[in-house]
Amino acid sequence: MAVTRKEVRQLRRDKLTFAMIFGMPMMQILLFGYAINTDVRNLKTAVADEADTHLSREFIAQLEQTQVADIRQRVAATADLEALLRSGEISIGVAIPEDFDRRVIDKNRSAVQLLVDGSDPTVLGVANQLRNMPISFDSNRRKKEQPAIEVRPYYNPERRTPVNIVPGLMGVILTMTMMIFTAVAIVREREHGNLELLINTPVTSAELMTGKILPYIAIGLIQLALILVIGDLLFDVPVRGSVLDLYVAAILFIAANLALGLFVSTMVATQFQAMQATFFLMMPSILLSGFMFPFDGMPIVAQYLGEVLPITHFIRLTRGIMLREASLGDMPFELIYLGAFSIVAMTAAALRFSKRLD
Amino acid sequence: MKDDLAIRARGLSKHFGDLRAVDHLDLDVPKATIYGFLGPNGSGKSTTIRMLCGLLTPTEGVADVMGYRVPDQSKELKPKIGYMTQKFSLFGDMTVVENLQFIAEIYSYPKANRASRIDELLEKYDLIEKHKQFAGTMSGGERQRLALACAVLHHPDLLLLDEPTSAVDPQSRRDFWANLFRLAETGTTILVSTHYMDEAERCHKLAILDHGVKVADGSPQELQDSTGMNIVEVLADNPYRAQAVIHELAEVASVTQLGIRLRVLLPESFGDALEIVNRNLRMHNVAAKTRIARATLEDVFVAVTLKPQQLAA
Repeated sequence: MAVTRKEVRQLRRDKLTFAMIFGMPMMQILLFGYAINTDVRNLKTAVADEADTHLSREFIAQLEQTQVADIRQRVAATADLEALLRSGEISIGVAIPEDFDRRVIDKNRSAVQLLVDGSDPTVLGVANQLRNMPISFDSNRRKKEQPAIEVRPYYNPERRTPVNIVPGLMGVILTMTMMIFTAVAIVREREHGNLELLINTPVTSAELMTGKILPYIAIGLIQLALILVIGDLLFDVPVRGSVLDLYVAAILFIAANLALGLFVSTMVATQFQAMQATFFLMMPSILLSGFMFPFDGMPIVAQYLGEVLPITHFIRLTRGIMLREASLGDMPFELIYLGAFSIVAMTAAALRFSKRLD
Repeated sequence: MKDDLAIRARGLSKHFGDLRAVDHLDLDVPKATIYGFLGPNGSGKSTTIRMLCGLLTPTEGVADVMGYRVPDQSKELKPKIGYMTQKFSLFGDMTVVENLQFIAEIYSYPKANRASRIDELLEKYDLIEKHKQFAGTMSGGERQRLALACAVLHHPDLLLLDEPTSAVDPQSRRDFWANLFRLAETGTTILVSTHYMDEAERCHKLAILDHGVKVADGSPQELQDSTGMNIVEVLADNPYRAQAVIHELAEVASVTQLGIRLRVLLPESFGDALEIVNRNLRMHNVAAKTRIARATLEDVFVAVTLKPQQLAA
């Protein structure tokens, strides 16, 4: 296939693009894997221990042990905590009043006040959990009271973020590279005038399109392998289901994105516009797909938008296969949607791309 | 008779919105000739060429190219034509040989003969030394030789060249035309657009386009003989003053200054052009030598693009 050979040859010469193909997944996986951490730890904390009793010191030590609060400062009065909170130096202020011991015994009064920077809801949520810390004089009591509700995290018991992020990241990285590179690949030829030459040759539209797409499918599959290996080596992200299932899902997803990229390329005139258009599609892919935020927590309209995006369905598939040991048969709808999306987008692209200039 | 024509177009028009890029163009291009499109930028040359190779759909009219109706049969036509775009459109990040190989592949040139055909083209178009160079780093003249080599690789019967020499030096242009003549001799029909008069002069036949309308056609000879204008060449010590004086004459269609000489065009219908010019120069005491000159293609061009307003006057 002449067009494919030419495309591969050009790709090999285009060092920047080549670097992007391999550099982008590596950089993103490191970035997302290490930097984005939704399990909250080490919140900056200051303590105003006005009581300074045996019990209050023990309470502070317990607080530190949770690792949620990182006690940076000790101040004299509650008012100082407010100042620190306002300046943003701390997220949590622990105010222990003078009559702390008495308050602990008194069931009707709270013993400790947590001053929390509520501008970050995550912090507030964590602080609410701290309320459940037991405080009593009988600190040696081994047997802790069993809470009424017990939480048992399935699939990701250590609650490590990368385990959740990496399967989603595969979707994001594939969307980015597949869509951008196909859109740009066609538009570049139009900009350079190559397309005018090509459509004057006996090459058919179908040959031209498939010829340009094939190398990128291969690249997508290589990227997928790269992400899986890095995910395993650095973040210990498991693939519990079948790798074959994963690749089947990936091929459908890649096809959907390439078709979308081709469609974009038929709408725009310059490489710059192609980039803009793909970025326009990237934002919802990251935000609405369930990659960053739990899908069910989103407003209903956002959910509908998310359902349209192929990445939403792909992320469900990857998380299912990699983490829940699901097989493709468990999630037929997602697979069908990806296939249907590819066909629709491809048809639209083929209809818009004609071997004429007008 | 129709078989002698490589291109036959009737009433060919292309509108882009309100713009009539090409307006009812009739065209007869005999086989094995070099046919020129002469016209300024925006006169519809590229649009016409694109319609003829099926890249654009005509708004009106019909065109038969090498016996195929375009754009309906452009698929069948494609293997018969070679097309050189106005802008260099080969792949800058591939070498000369790689570009030729790619073109050979997409035209399904017989595998067995591919290598020898490419060697032959490298030789013919003086690209042997450059065969491993990236097309993007070559000079204008070299690129153009490569583009021509690619356009003729599959032995097309018709070659469409859209301003092929707009980016090359005069020597390269001469060489390029030598190549075109060689191709025409072997039976290839060549349609070439240009805005250079000296190139137009080399064509066997010529159509002059202006604002999408064909204003004249014929061989350069015929066109020069039938301008309907008398041309007076004026050699004056003070060409500026002479020009001002001559401009006052109602009969004058156009005055062009070439160095210290002026070329004055007067419609034949006004009679003795030399006398009209001389009389006016004497009246204003402008010393000048005058003589009747033979029309050049530039005069033809000026004459035909002026015609509508001037004939009405």
